[in-house]
Amino acid sequence: MAAQPVTLTIPATGKKITVPTGLFINNEFVPSVDSSETIQCINPATEEVICSIVAGSEKDIDVAVAAARKAFKTTWGKNVTGFERSRLLNKLADLIERDAQELAELEALNNGKPVKIARDFDIGDSVGCLRYYAGWADKILGQTIEVDNKTKVAFTRHDPIGVCGQIIPWNYPINMWSWKVAPALACGCTIVMKPSELTPLTALKLSELIVEAGFPPGVVNTVPSLGSVGGAALSSHQDVDKVAFTGSTVTGRKIMEAAAKSNLKKVSLELGGKSPQIVFESADLDQAANWVGLGILYNTGQDCTAGSRLFVQDTIYDKFIQLVVEKFKQLKIGDGFDESSGGGPVVSKMQYDKIFSYIEAGKQAGAKCILGGEKRPGKGYYVDPTIFVDVKPDMKIVRDEIFGPVLAVAKFKTEEEAIELANDTSYGLGAGLHSNDAGQCMRVSQALEAGTVWINQYNLLNNNVPFGGKKQSGIGRELGSYALEEYTSVKAIHWNYGEKLDWPL
Amino acid sequence: MPATFVHKFDTPVFKGEVSVPLGLYIDGKWVDGADGTTIDVINPTNGKLITKIAEGTPKDVDLAVKAAQRAFDTTWGLHAKGADRSRLMNKLADLMEKNAETLSALEALDNGKTFKWAMRADISHSIACIRYYAGWADKIFGQVIETSEAKLTYTRHEPIGVVGQIVPWNFPLQMMSWKIGPALATGCAIVLKPSEFTPLTALYMSKLIDEAGFPAGVFNLVNGYGHVVGQAIADHMGIEKVAFTGSTLVGRKIMESAAKSNLKKVTLELGGKSPSIIFDDADLEEAIKWAAFGIYFNHGQCCCAGSRIFVHEKIYDEFLQRFTAHTKDLKVGDPFDPDCFQGPQISQQQYDRIMGYIESGKAEGATVHYGGHRIGQEGYFISPTIFTDTKPNMKIVQEEIFGPVCVVIKFKDDDDIVAQANDSIYGLAAAVFSQNVTRALSTAHKLRAGTVWINIANMLYPNVPFGGYKQSGIGRELGEYALSNYTAVKAVQVNLHIKL
Repeated sequence: MAAQPVTLTIPATGKKITVPTGLFINNEFVPSVDSSETIQCINPATEEVICSIVAGSEKDIDVAVAAARKAFKTTWGKNVTGFERSRLLNKLADLIERDAQELAELEALNNGKPVKIARDFDIGDSVGCLRYYAGWADKILGQTIEVDNKTKVAFTRHDPIGVCGQIIPWNYPINMWSWKVAPALACGCTIVMKPSELTPLTALKLSELIVEAGFPPGVVNTVPSLGSVGGAALSSHQDVDKVAFTGSTVTGRKIMEAAAKSNLKKVSLELGGKSPQIVFESADLDQAANWVGLGILYNTGQDCTAGSRLFVQDTIYDKFIQLVVEKFKQLKIGDGFDESSGGGPVVSKMQYDKIFSYIEAGKQAGAKCILGGEKRPGKGYYVDPTIFVDVKPDMKIVRDEIFGPVLAVAKFKTEEEAIELANDTSYGLGAGLHSNDAGQCMRVSQALEAGTVWINQYNLLNNNVPFGGKKQSGIGRELGSYALEEYTSVKAIHWNYGEKLDWPL
Repeated sequence: MPATFVHKFDTPVFKGEVSVPLGLYIDGKWVDGADGTTIDVINPTNGKLITKIAEGTPKDVDLAVKAAQRAFDTTWGLHAKGADRSRLMNKLADLMEKNAETLSALEALDNGKTFKWAMRADISHSIACIRYYAGWADKIFGQVIETSEAKLTYTRHEPIGVVGQIVPWNFPLQMMSWKIGPALATGCAIVLKPSEFTPLTALYMSKLIDEAGFPAGVFNLVNGYGHVVGQAIADHMGIEKVAFTGSTLVGRKIMESAAKSNLKKVTLELGGKSPSIIFDDADLEEAIKWAAFGIYFNHGQCCCAGSRIFVHEKIYDEFLQRFTAHTKDLKVGDPFDPDCFQGPQISQQQYDRIMGYIESGKAEGATVHYGGHRIGQEGYFISPTIFTDTKPNMKIVQEEIFGPVCVVIKFKDDDDIVAQANDSIYGLAAAVFSQNVTRALSTAHKLRAGTVWINIANMLYPNVPFGGYKQSGIGRELGEYALSNYTAVKAVQVNLHIKL
């Protein structure tokens, strides 16, 4: 397939948007070197094809890695100052801000999420993320370490790690792109980005802005491809220094295995979750119900930290469940271009089928479905807010990540019991607790085994606070200053300027 | 209603009409001084009047402090998110960039430095400094410290509050940027006094700060005399911290006033008599260029000027000959002449002082090897000047001259040179020239100076700290280090279950 841009018409508004369809390598959009495969991008609200793009092959990954390596050795890496990297990142942020509406509409078209949420949250946070890391670019500090002042200086340099393969998911395409790109570029790394084959369009559009911002060719390369092709190629590539992946735990394992078998490249993983929210009797129940709603319904439940297990103290159980049902009913799941939609369809047929098979399994296992759980007629992968109560810890809907707007609810009596139930999972990404007892807040937050614990809140992240998983939810941290560690490699230098070696020893 | 200064530039390097507000900038408004008086701004190329600015009084400082405190308590401090402070600072940097030529022209007009160097050094460094600190605004970290299971213990690095900043005339805009950068990033509210000799770029910056959208009261500008407005700032009971760059003499007064008033925190950036040390294994051609840059840059009006040049006896004669030839090539003249390297000294007062030192050098028996005289009939132009045959206790060797005057001193011994270089009440900077890494590093590490350059001189970066040992100052500016000047540490201990 040739790499010509296509012009799409946004059905709801009639506006036209041009989208590149080629692979983005060395600041150009090009066809595959050896394959005529394409990827069809689907609109999840209509189930129709939006357009086709070039699908990258293993050889294309090779070409992209070579481009990234060349840039790292010549125009990027240690050849560019932190000041310049900062300037370019800020420029990129400005451009994304400028094009926010257009990018939001493209995101809504391909992913299904409401336009206003894409613009104000996904893109707003992404712009903030780029600006945040722009601020770090000239502040990558090493240490000087006192050894022996008479004869030696010892110091560390935090070198950029090199060529980074970055594999991002389909649930927050633009936002996940910015979480990966920003710290990598700030530290001086070059990138081969593989966006999800389900939602590659905004990554390609953002690649145009990489050129406009002024990044040298080869610094950022974008190769949409199937996970089993491009993702596998990156994780096993001998010349990729680090791979960063966000996606399912199943795939995460494969990536780490491939990294170990190839060149021991550094790995960071952002995987799944089955995050608990605990509501204690002293909580502000109305607020807690809002946060519970946000926790499982935001992005139609397609969130790694989705609060998919709810534990309610028995003394307030009936009252709280009633509140939750009311709140869930208030959220409208609909077309992303409908202003009144609070959530959109799920991203694909495969996800849609998977979620409903879990709903079936829940019903089969004897859990009681008190809201939702039924398919809608008509087009679009719409899943309505669904609540299961009377769940047992060993049920699939309690153990497995569903990645949809499906909540499993159980009762508890004591604080200890709540903690035990909450931690009873191989995951450890997020957790929330709602209580007005300060001592309880401290005790429970200390005890929860999760990379992020929210107290009287849920799901809200900040670009300067680290995020990542404990246990099988991941390895490493994104956001905050911590992300810099993922993209730097420490070199210690011992500089002898006065010590003479006696020989023989 | 305060006036505006409108000036039409028609020079080979810059043409355009520039408009500068002349009032005080307090609480987001341009106002006259409380007494309605003015201060003359003089053109150092000819001693003539450029314009008159509004003169601030202690009453105006008071108003500014009140406005700053109000902003700190409502729209600034921790009420403004770090990311928002960052955004505003980046907007300011964007505006500075847009107005870079205007700022450079004003700086050249007011200070006398060349337009070329103002663009290349002062203004571009100032923009970089603001951008650098914009990046810190949402990265002011405290620590979480493990004490026991029964407790949560952590620190907060809170903005200190209302800060007073007094900046000098040698790098007006740049010094202003070094001060407001970390202060704004951490969330402090500012009362700033520019030098009465060079207020124009500060006034124009206040316009840009206003345009960038900082809430009223976050930044306030009070022009005035050091002994009036500067003193009022140092004495003020409502100012939590004072930052001063200027002479060691005035620095002492500020610290004294801080002690006597409310024990406000003090950082000082004072004078220097920095050594450039040229070993016999130096790359001589490079060393000459750097040593010359070290003393003549900005007409010698640099706190870190390399004003004592120590040369190893093996290369002394050759160095002196080539250094003098290099010095001769430096063109002194009109700041707007693209070929000029050096303009006039800042004022009659400074001119007299420098000429006084030159006379004392002669009187104490040193040799004027080159220069030592005025250039032209108008303005405060002094020739680059080289003294030789000096003795360690001469005034021109010990005291800061702050002009294009250097002393070139012979040395023979690696250990002795360290002692000679350190023989000063100052300790701001030093430069070492040698191709032998052992010699260069071990000498550098023994020098008592806040910045040591090896095979380079006078280069600063926004992310590398700068400040003095000994009587050259207290505290560090630039880099991450500057943040601690504007934050106060609060340790919080939360008891979970310890019962008495």
